[in-house]
Amino acid sequence: MLERRLISHRRVYFSLFDVVLNTFMFFVVVITLYPFLNILAKSLNDPIDTVKGGITIFPRVFTLDNYRVLFEGGSRLPRAFQVSVLRTVIGALLGVLSCAMFAYPLSRDDFVFKKSFSTLLVITMYVSGGLIPGYLLIRSLGLINSFWVYIIPGLINAFNVIVIRSYIDTIPPSLQESARIDGANDITIFFKIILPLCTPVLATIGLFIAVGQWNSWFDTYLYARGNENLTTLQYELMKVLDSAQTSSRVDIYSESIKMARKNPEAIKMAITMVATLPIVMVYPFLQRYFVTGITLGAIKE
Amino acid sequence: MKTATSTAPRRNAFLQKLWHQRFLLALSVPFVIWLIIFCYIPLVGWVIAFQDYKPHLGFFNQEWVGLKHFEALFKAPMFYQALWNTLGMSVLLLVFGFTSSIGFALLLNELTSLKFKKFVQTVSYLPHFVSWVIVASIITSMLSLSGPINEWLVDWGILKKPFDFMAQPDLFWWIVVFADMWKETGWNAIIYLAAMSAIDPQLYEAALVDGANRLQRIWYITLPGIRYTVITLLILSIGNIINIGFERQYLLGNAVVAPKALVLDKYALDFGIGLFRYSYGTAIGIFKSGVSIVMLVIANQLAHRFGERKIF
Repeated sequence: MLERRLISHRRVYFSLFDVVLNTFMFFVVVITLYPFLNILAKSLNDPIDTVKGGITIFPRVFTLDNYRVLFEGGSRLPRAFQVSVLRTVIGALLGVLSCAMFAYPLSRDDFVFKKSFSTLLVITMYVSGGLIPGYLLIRSLGLINSFWVYIIPGLINAFNVIVIRSYIDTIPPSLQESARIDGANDITIFFKIILPLCTPVLATIGLFIAVGQWNSWFDTYLYARGNENLTTLQYELMKVLDSAQTSSRVDIYSESIKMARKNPEAIKMAITMVATLPIVMVYPFLQRYFVTGITLGAIKE
Repeated sequence: MKTATSTAPRRNAFLQKLWHQRFLLALSVPFVIWLIIFCYIPLVGWVIAFQDYKPHLGFFNQEWVGLKHFEALFKAPMFYQALWNTLGMSVLLLVFGFTSSIGFALLLNELTSLKFKKFVQTVSYLPHFVSWVIVASIITSMLSLSGPINEWLVDWGILKKPFDFMAQPDLFWWIVVFADMWKETGWNAIIYLAAMSAIDPQLYEAALVDGANRLQRIWYITLPGIRYTVITLLILSIGNIINIGFERQYLLGNAVVAPKALVLDKYALDFGIGLFRYSYGTAIGIFKSGVSIVMLVIANQLAHRFGERKIF
């Protein structure tokens, strides 16, 4: 009887509430995806035709020229792409390894400096020296215009270390005990037991770092502007944006390529897509990890 | 005599323990050194706000000038302009950011089809993962004179000719707020959805039996259920109200809207690094840290006054 009432109850509201709700959510999806698809279509469309307007999500006069000029001679884009990939891969690998190396001793209750090192780490989550002292430090360390300015200053992140440490805490201590009885030292235990068992959390953290590395442009702007070989994809896109907004010409190409100067808008679309595509390809598969990471972090705080 | 015999073995025991844990030390000490260099030395760098810092003189030979830079800062009209823009945009971002992500989470929670819910969620995360450079590129393209928004408005007869959204100083704050909502609403909803999934389903069943409709269930069960999460995040955001960053403003802004786009971080960057006024720029940073500590304490006290748990 009761069950029947519940079902009928639900059905009454399905017509009123859910139709509106589902329509609204459909619009959310459209508003989120349309700009990406529109830019994709324009990046694949002939720039002269694009000016006529009316491009929605399909190209009208299909061409790959907008992408071709990005990677032709004289362009800085191939180099920028390479640097972006390098900093993403190296930054994520070294970052994850460093955070895990630091997390393991902090997870050990018998470690003499567990308390003091942990405090030293946690304080950095709340106070920072700020822009200028940070800049002066990087400069006096001689990291300006060096590739390592992308890697070293961001090597450790207190939040990531804490997430990894709380994951290590869930690993049964008996595993470490038995390895110790077999004569393994702490470094062997870390590499042979802790690291392999931490794979899920390390993947999560690694992805966070990788996305951050791929997306960052300000460190290039601040620290590596002077070295053309260290330019990144995001920084090049930023410059295109900048010059489009001050309506000066796009200067990422040598004089020989007229097309780029003629169609900065099409070039902007193409670079936007090149910078977005890797993210779009990986994120749906990884969202599970991201969500676990963010909720785990929230609980631990 | 007595102390000598009691401390010596103790010190020995300590050294022995250190030797015993040498591998743990090898794993952690390099990173402690890293922390000191990259996190604590910049903190010491705050002293340059009280000096006329000249890099070639080295750290210990600087001239001390007391509060000179702070006085200059508080007399500069540009500082007040930057402060006003920072606070204005922050408040808008806070209000709209919170209401949109809580609202979105509530609505997602009401979707009956789990597949559709997952699909909407997946799509809504996408803009979070792309950089602000890309988002700025997308927003400026959408709003440009030949962009889709203007095309529609003209096609539908709402506008006679395209309107240059990006060149309106009065619209700039709203463009920043809109861009931020587009990028982060879906992502920020995650934490509320997690809080909602922790609500006891029996509460909903009981309400259903009592004849509560859907809106009543949202109002009396879901919202109170996520209250603690909302307040915690609100306190943290209020503490950060002055730390707005400048990425959004820098990337979306242009020369026309510059007076509305200048924020404190940009001011510090332009003067501190652009004009080499390191001490002045550091003074701005110290002012910001001071304000955020005060704001955090106030927000925490307010939450306590309204009968919530303190988070610190």
